[in-house]
Amino acid sequence: MTPVLAVRGATKRFGAVLALDGVDLEVFPGEVLALLGDNGAGKSTLIKCISGVHRLDAGSIEMGGVAVTMGSPAAARALGIETVYQDLALFDNLDPAANFYAGRESSGPRWLPRGLRLLRRRDMSRATAELLTRLHIGIADPHATVGLMSGGQRQAIAVARAAAFASEVVILDEPTAALGLRESRRVLDLILRLREEGHAVIVISHAMDHVIEIADRAAVLRRGRKVGEMRPTPDNQQALVSLIVGGDS
Amino acid sequence: MTAEARALHRLGRDPLRLALLAIRLGPALILLLLVVIMSMLSPAFLTMLNLGNVLAQSAVIAVLAIGQLLVILTRGIDLSVGSTLALASVTGALVHSAAPSGPVVVLAMLATGMAVGAINGMGYVLGRLPHPFIITLATLSAARGLALWLSGGQPQQGMPEIVQTMGGRSVGGLPYSAFLVAAVALAVVLLTTRMVWGRWIYAVGGNPEGARRAAIPVDRVVISVYVMSGLAAGIAAIVTSGRLNAGSPTFGDLAELDSIAAVVIGGASFLGGRGGVGNALVGALMIGIIRNGMNLLDVDAFLQPIVIGVVIVIAVESDVVRGRLESRFRIAQAARS
Repeated sequence: MTPVLAVRGATKRFGAVLALDGVDLEVFPGEVLALLGDNGAGKSTLIKCISGVHRLDAGSIEMGGVAVTMGSPAAARALGIETVYQDLALFDNLDPAANFYAGRESSGPRWLPRGLRLLRRRDMSRATAELLTRLHIGIADPHATVGLMSGGQRQAIAVARAAAFASEVVILDEPTAALGLRESRRVLDLILRLREEGHAVIVISHAMDHVIEIADRAAVLRRGRKVGEMRPTPDNQQALVSLIVGGDS
Repeated sequence: MTAEARALHRLGRDPLRLALLAIRLGPALILLLLVVIMSMLSPAFLTMLNLGNVLAQSAVIAVLAIGQLLVILTRGIDLSVGSTLALASVTGALVHSAAPSGPVVVLAMLATGMAVGAINGMGYVLGRLPHPFIITLATLSAARGLALWLSGGQPQQGMPEIVQTMGGRSVGGLPYSAFLVAAVALAVVLLTTRMVWGRWIYAVGGNPEGARRAAIPVDRVVISVYVMSGLAAGIAAIVTSGRLNAGSPTFGDLAELDSIAAVVIGGASFLGGRGGVGNALVGALMIGIIRNGMNLLDVDAFLQPIVIGVVIVIAVESDVVRGRLESRFRIAQAARS
């Protein structure tokens, strides 16, 4: 089976710091891959290289077996990779539909320059409502601004937005970090639903119990190198933790 | 569930929702209240003649406030609109004395406004300035200076018919300037609620970094709002110059502060991203009615700025309260889910 995304020998240097040192990573469709590692292990750098924020100094990225260049976030997005960062990048003053379509509003007529086109507001509301229903995201008032929603609802909207436009890979950076128990539960369910729909999902998380529950595979980074890869289960949680911290216990 | 969340849950969402709604409608309700109070206090207030006066006197602030609104929506501020108005009026008068053609004079005034706006927007964006305060402060000074220099410090008499009509004449008791305001308002409502560009203005104001990540042309959007604010100053110059049949370097003195006050009093958020044309209009009318009402009631003219100042404080405070209510609303949402 061809991986939807493959990173080979990824190396990235920031001045004297070797942030990534020959990292290999593969993700398959319908798979949740957890990316683990302590702070500064290189997780975020790797994610940013995949999503076009940084460029690799050496190594390559392949999608569906074809080498690609991630020159910019827009390029990565065009290749079907969507990233949800910790700070969400939601627009608090806009409603869910406007958030979904920010920067890619559905509009017409097509002969006008994009900015002068009229918004197809009903189309966007309907498509958004359908997506939210499909992903079981309950929003009491779909026309309320996102700023009025709870942390979990906001995270769900950010994840759903990524899922809606990612044809290949959804990357989630600490999706449950700021959430309470119940809201975490909903976001985890949402991630599992993305997997059912055939998305490849890469999750950065420090919450081991969440990783064990949702991830099919975990890759561990330490000081810019990949030090291991295994299927996370309750039994090898201890082994995963020692890989992360680098102890022998 | 925390104790507070439980309490909110018990209350249900309606009291919070009601309070938020009240704050959102507050400025319009206060405007209505002002009208009711004034018509009880002064029999002259609700006459066609006086209402026409109020509209004519509010027209300049209203147009400037609509332009200022677009800037404030993107978290910006345009301090130059009063000076731009003066420069556009002087340009119009000089063009009129050289080539007395209505359309040419009108175009010259609008183009002058847009040019100053373009300098503001491009100076801010391309100069990578931390905040538009400084660049628009610079053009506040420079445009006024240029107007003084071009006019020799003297008012320049004479404006074309069309400008005089727009600024000083009425039809059926309604000033033409009121129709001009309505047309501008309608155009900007179309922009802000129906067009992609308008959506981008709100997105930039709500989350500039997010807008950049979403591939919205943030720089062009920001430049455009300053150009539109300058255009509004050019339109306001037509009204002012028409009313007095002259261009003068002293026109629009402190009008930038009126326009900012109108936007804030009308209920748009000074922090950007929230508010619409309705807020700018309500704010401009409130200022107009407070001034008109105090004149009718023969209140000392020196008290007017004090009253306006108090109203500004109330408006900003209610924006703060809105923010606090919204965060309580979020807690209630999390508790419910």
